[in-house]
Amino acid sequence: MKTILKKLIALIITLFMVSVLAFLAFQIIPGDPTTKMLGTEATPDAIAALRSELGLDRPVMTRYFDWLGSFLSGDMGISYSYRTPVGEMIAQKLPVTALLTLLSFLFTVGLSIPLGTLAGSVRSKLLDRCITVTDQILMSVPPFFLGILACYLCGIVLKLFTPGGYVSLENDFWGCVGYLVFPALSIAIPRAAMTVKMLRSSIYKELRQDYVRTAQSRGAGRWSILFRHVLKNALIPVITFLAVSMAEILTGSIIVEQVFTVPGIGRLLLASIGSRDFPVVQAIVVLLATWIVVVNYLADLLNLLVDPRIRRK
Amino acid sequence: MKRSFLAVFLVAALLACLLCGCREATNSGNGTSDGTTLSSGQRAENNEIIVGIAQDLDDCLDPNLSTAAGTREVMFNVFEGLVKPDSTGDYVCAVASDYDVTDGGLTYVFTLRDNVVFHNGETCTPEDILSSFQICADTTVNSTVAAALSVVADMVIQDGTFTITLQEPNPDFLSIIANVYILPEGYENQATAPVGTGPFRFVSRSIQENIVLERNEAYYGQCAYLSKVTYKIYEDANALFTALNSGALDLVAHLTSDQVDNLSNGYQVLEGTMNLVQAMYLNHNVKPFDDVRVRQALCYAVDVDAMLDLTADGHGTKLGSSMYPAFTKYFEASLADRYPHDVEKAKTLLAEAGYPDGFSFTITVPSNYTPHVNTAIVLAEQLKAVGINAGIQQVDWNTWVSEVYGGRDFEATVVGFDASTLNAGSLLARWVSNNGKNMINFNNPEYDAAFAAARGALNDEEQTAQYKKCLEILSETAANVYLQDLADFVAINPRLEGFKFYPLYVMDMSLVRYTQS
Repeated sequence: MKTILKKLIALIITLFMVSVLAFLAFQIIPGDPTTKMLGTEATPDAIAALRSELGLDRPVMTRYFDWLGSFLSGDMGISYSYRTPVGEMIAQKLPVTALLTLLSFLFTVGLSIPLGTLAGSVRSKLLDRCITVTDQILMSVPPFFLGILACYLCGIVLKLFTPGGYVSLENDFWGCVGYLVFPALSIAIPRAAMTVKMLRSSIYKELRQDYVRTAQSRGAGRWSILFRHVLKNALIPVITFLAVSMAEILTGSIIVEQVFTVPGIGRLLLASIGSRDFPVVQAIVVLLATWIVVVNYLADLLNLLVDPRIRRK
Repeated sequence: MKRSFLAVFLVAALLACLLCGCREATNSGNGTSDGTTLSSGQRAENNEIIVGIAQDLDDCLDPNLSTAAGTREVMFNVFEGLVKPDSTGDYVCAVASDYDVTDGGLTYVFTLRDNVVFHNGETCTPEDILSSFQICADTTVNSTVAAALSVVADMVIQDGTFTITLQEPNPDFLSIIANVYILPEGYENQATAPVGTGPFRFVSRSIQENIVLERNEAYYGQCAYLSKVTYKIYEDANALFTALNSGALDLVAHLTSDQVDNLSNGYQVLEGTMNLVQAMYLNHNVKPFDDVRVRQALCYAVDVDAMLDLTADGHGTKLGSSMYPAFTKYFEASLADRYPHDVEKAKTLLAEAGYPDGFSFTITVPSNYTPHVNTAIVLAEQLKAVGINAGIQQVDWNTWVSEVYGGRDFEATVVGFDASTLNAGSLLARWVSNNGKNMINFNNPEYDAAFAAARGALNDEEQTAQYKKCLEILSETAANVYLQDLADFVAINPRLEGFKFYPLYVMDMSLVRYTQS
């Protein structure tokens, strides 16, 4: 109980720090939201007037605490560029990114568990080598590069989809899923490769435990031992790893959304950074950080839950 | 042996499952995307079109607060003033049914229509007109409009007429009136759910995805032909082109000549101009650009024809001053030939100015405008012939606006300036020495005098003469290295007709219609 509470406090402090850093970053990078808003009408007078209208002429600390106050009460402010409530904008874009994250996660799990089990249990040296080498390669390819490859190979050469021709989620759910398969795979493959590696070594270790020998001596078949006993234990570290992956998949989707021009949270974030649309950036950064921190926190809890041994320690 | 066979079998089965999964998903993707974005035939049946645009409308939709040219291009169909521009560059009546200018250009009397209805169903009353002018004067970010409205002496509503009295005559005032959009009084949601009087009404905007307009059935004039126009946003140029070529879009403007050459779906291609003054703008406060001989040398060193051939297959109109051909009244084609390509002359001028071996400088270009970047690259190459070494620095648009445009911290930049209102003044005002937008720090008393004379001119003839004098001065002093008005290609579904180019950066959807067949 004490550990849980401790972690909760650390979580809140982390989020606070993230929001401060995101705020400060905008004080350092050049460019001002008003110049983008006014474009070529940006005369010094007009800029000064707009800055005071937006409250940008106030001291940094005042602005920060104002923002924090309204954010905590659920008001994320109004976007400078779109003049639309930030909450609405995020609500509009979140389903796309959520779907992409979910698909990526399903692909990660769907690919890694069977392949990892296979890799951990094969006795053929050749196959084992092949799996290890492929795994190592796929693990080290960044998702955005896989994305570019997918656009070129699947999109332009094989014409399986139109790169950039995103199908709107509201209009056509399955069309959207069909388009997101490729970005999701780009995110999932490196994650899956890592999971395979982990599962493989975990199974390898478990297979050399005493209980396996006991089971063998009782006459249990190889596959029965693998699925009934070994996998159960071997999956424990993998489950925590997959839970943490949920966080990394979301951040990975930010980059991959650029490659496939998927209009999700990531594209909104980057566009908003470009236009110095501070309320949007701040809200998204804090939400992403919350997601990552909370997922890690839950992964810790999950770890406690699935493995009684950790609890006892 | 048996075991490894099993392993191989498992791998094969897994791969098969995966591939099936992928194929199924993509099939449904292709199949149903036609269902939602409708096939070309279905769109014709529904009398709707899909227009592809290359940038998001990441802007406020309130016409007084929006700044992006791309926003104006779309929202032109939604908002109107008392008068509005037509495709020939004249002003025609819109919310007003008639107008009269009296009192030596001091008084404008507009007769109001009584059948104008806003998109939210409310009738447009004289009070709405008055409040629209007040809101515009208070909030508009367009400095030309704000300046013009600040010299209004009086506004009166009486017996269905609206009278504006000016403190001093302004021959361009009609173009200002066209920029005062008539909006319902007290309506607060213009920024997100705009309401105007135009031939189309705003339906929805999905950030980075689309914007939807529908025909205004209660329009007082000739109703638009199309019942629905969806603008689909493709921020990726290749994706836009692929969608266009596959027939998923009915109309795409601002294509490059390369794209037009590669178009293979039988769409008709119309060529217009972008209505921009593209030039290499030079900061006169920076050495050596303070010397007129250096600037002239640059003009001689640059070969605009070769640049056009390289960047746009020769398409584009050469300019010699801050004016583009759509302004037929002011545009002088002869100014484009003042500085023919002449390397020797450029070298002589440089030597006279004290730079016999040339010099080095940096061209700052906004990286999001590929045509400008390409132009800058060609120019840098051409300048090498006279010993000038030009480096190219690409910056993002926000940095360009704040540092180059606002901060005037640059040596040279390649961009295009457009006119926010249909008058020469909006292109020329910025070079007046004390103008806040005079980013090149152009300082020429003769120019200031000519511009003031044009602004104060009582008749059109005198004004035109003074504006032409301004253009002549810009050309003679080689204020900038004037290049071109870029070619603008529009690809359009052959079943559509009626598209017209405007001398402004707008797309009028009310004229577009399906051919009867």
